[in-house]
Amino acid sequence: MSVLVNKDTKVLIQGMGKTGRFHTDKAIAYGTQMVGAVHPSRAGQVETFTGDTDHSGVQGRDDTYNVNVPIYREVAEAIAETGANATVVYVPPPFAADAIMEAADAGVELIIAITEGIPVADMVIAKRYLVGKGVRLVGPNCPGVITPQECKIGIMPGYIHTPGKIGVVSRSGTLTYEAVHQLTLNGLGQTTAIGIGGDPVNGTNFVDCLAVFNDDPETEGVIMIGEIGGTAEEEAAEWIKANMTKPVAGFIAGTSAPPGKRMGHAGAIISGGKGTAGAKIEALTGAGVVVAPTPTDMGSAMLEAMNG
Amino acid sequence: MKIHEYQAKALMKERGIAVPAGVMATSVDEAVTAVRQLIESTGNPVVVVKSQIHAGGRGKGRFKEHPEIGGVTVVLDGIDGGIEAAEARVRTLASQMLGSTLVTIQTGDEGKVVNRLYIEQGIDIATELYVSVVLDRSTSHNMVMASTEGGTEIEVVAEETPEKIIREEIDPAFGLVDFQARRIAYGLGLEGDAFKNGVKFLKMLTDAVVDLDTDLVEINPLVVTTDGRVMALDGKMAFEANALYRHPDVQALRDKSEEDAAEAEAEKYGLSFIKLDGSIGCMVNGAGLAMATMDIINYVGGEPANFLDVGGGAEKDQIVAAFKLITADPNVKGIFVNIFGGIMRCDTIAEGVVAAVKEVGLEVPLVVRLEGTNVELGKRIIDESGLNVVSAVDMKDGAEKIVELTR
Repeated sequence: MSVLVNKDTKVLIQGMGKTGRFHTDKAIAYGTQMVGAVHPSRAGQVETFTGDTDHSGVQGRDDTYNVNVPIYREVAEAIAETGANATVVYVPPPFAADAIMEAADAGVELIIAITEGIPVADMVIAKRYLVGKGVRLVGPNCPGVITPQECKIGIMPGYIHTPGKIGVVSRSGTLTYEAVHQLTLNGLGQTTAIGIGGDPVNGTNFVDCLAVFNDDPETEGVIMIGEIGGTAEEEAAEWIKANMTKPVAGFIAGTSAPPGKRMGHAGAIISGGKGTAGAKIEALTGAGVVVAPTPTDMGSAMLEAMNG
Repeated sequence: MKIHEYQAKALMKERGIAVPAGVMATSVDEAVTAVRQLIESTGNPVVVVKSQIHAGGRGKGRFKEHPEIGGVTVVLDGIDGGIEAAEARVRTLASQMLGSTLVTIQTGDEGKVVNRLYIEQGIDIATELYVSVVLDRSTSHNMVMASTEGGTEIEVVAEETPEKIIREEIDPAFGLVDFQARRIAYGLGLEGDAFKNGVKFLKMLTDAVVDLDTDLVEINPLVVTTDGRVMALDGKMAFEANALYRHPDVQALRDKSEEDAAEAEAEKYGLSFIKLDGSIGCMVNGAGLAMATMDIINYVGGEPANFLDVGGGAEKDQIVAAFKLITADPNVKGIFVNIFGGIMRCDTIAEGVVAAVKEVGLEVPLVVRLEGTNVELGKRIIDESGLNVVSAVDMKDGAEKIVELTR
């Protein structure tokens, strides 16, 4: 078991430019079913991917792959032709929110938006558009979602992951890699790792991910990685206190960040005294989460949470 | 991106939002000329001289060179002495303010040099209120915040009298609906003409937020005049960087003299850089990891000199540029490079670091921690470079080593 994505997930690519192509190739090498692409100006073409299999991914495959990905004009058409149930968005920022809305309208179950730099106002509208459509959006500005050796959607390096029992949810890409790497080294492994992204307006939040991990029988514990800005971690702490039945470890980046400065991510800013790392760590600790003092201690914090 | 008060008011005025008449001046003569123009056109003998810098708290701020005058000064000399007296006073004030350094609660001790003044007409104020429009991250909608406590910082009101803050969430599908604008106006105690004008003001202000892609609009104080008009007496606007591409008119308002030179240089290379006060320079890939690297340096007893995210796809010349930025800071006593290669390969980073050291030179200790894609190759490049680089096994080890080396 896993959450959100597994070996049966069929994925569309929206935005088959240089970045989209590069990561589609990596995903196919990992063994992900990339079944079609949407790129209006290239509709009717077929993109061929060949190379050496990434054996850290889906097991039992040949050493090389040769996969044809047909390109369609619209998401609805691509779904009808391919049976895709998930889509990954690499569309450039000015057009990305529109791509998300188009995917939602077409009835896809899961939209994973990798694009960084989408205008906040566009995301406010896109998120409003998604209400009532029964679709889950992950991101934007995120590394994506991976279920080790089953399905890799996004830009994370596949080989650092290993199947196991911990759910990972994070606002930061590279800190997710740190956590995943430590969980691989200490033998806990991952069920699924979800990057929820560093933007102030995103789809799936910590609470949504905690809930799906809580319901997943194979997930035995969760690591959540937060950072300064907003109150998503505080809301997660309240939810954990009331509902979580599994151990949770955490880390919050930005204890040394000065107020009023945007720390790389659009959403990472302390404004009006709100969104400090201290307040988040206090809330999580109060909810029984083992908060790692440094990122190097994330794996051991998870062990502590599970044995405590 | 921040803009000056006079620019924000011009943008508001273009959209029909009431603001006092005013003229921007970069010289003493321009400031003096504005006085006659304003007094004659408005009939009000009072003018206000306002320093234009990208920081709040100007009214209570003081000039280093002239501690007796504030950053915003009301000139009453015209009431008894006529236009000539007002002009004389503004001449003195402008010559003291222009080129001087204003220190406010938001500028830090170093203050900011005032290069522009805004000369504004006096207003007969009946009431001072507060209104702002910001993103509410918990709902992903914009929200109007209003309060009767005009002139006070909203954070202070939120802390001391939270019941005095009126909030209305804006559904992006409908905008601020009429009844919501009325509800805010009732809450602010507006009546008669002021009520009608207040509702109109709120509708136009929330339209402007959508129209301009602002990050923040804050009017503090929003004033009701003795004749029932509702006006923005101050105006603060900030714009969302990701949406600037579709607002060339707003981009043109950028005042680079207000920005940190190193941060602007970093932007050219697609690097995210923030200067801090410590002594350990950091170069990291990923915003979260870059923040966590600062944190861990603090945790082991050091002080980071900067936040620097080279991003996920940095090439050699970006690494070199990043190195130059770090070493240009005279406070830097050591450098910590912390990379978890995902898409970015460790060998690319290693080559960049070696090239940068050869080009820029290295006079301080350098600790490098590499992990992830092509890590062995990256380590070998560093080892074989012959450079005096200390390797770290993980982040904490690296932080401890650089702090130790810079003691």
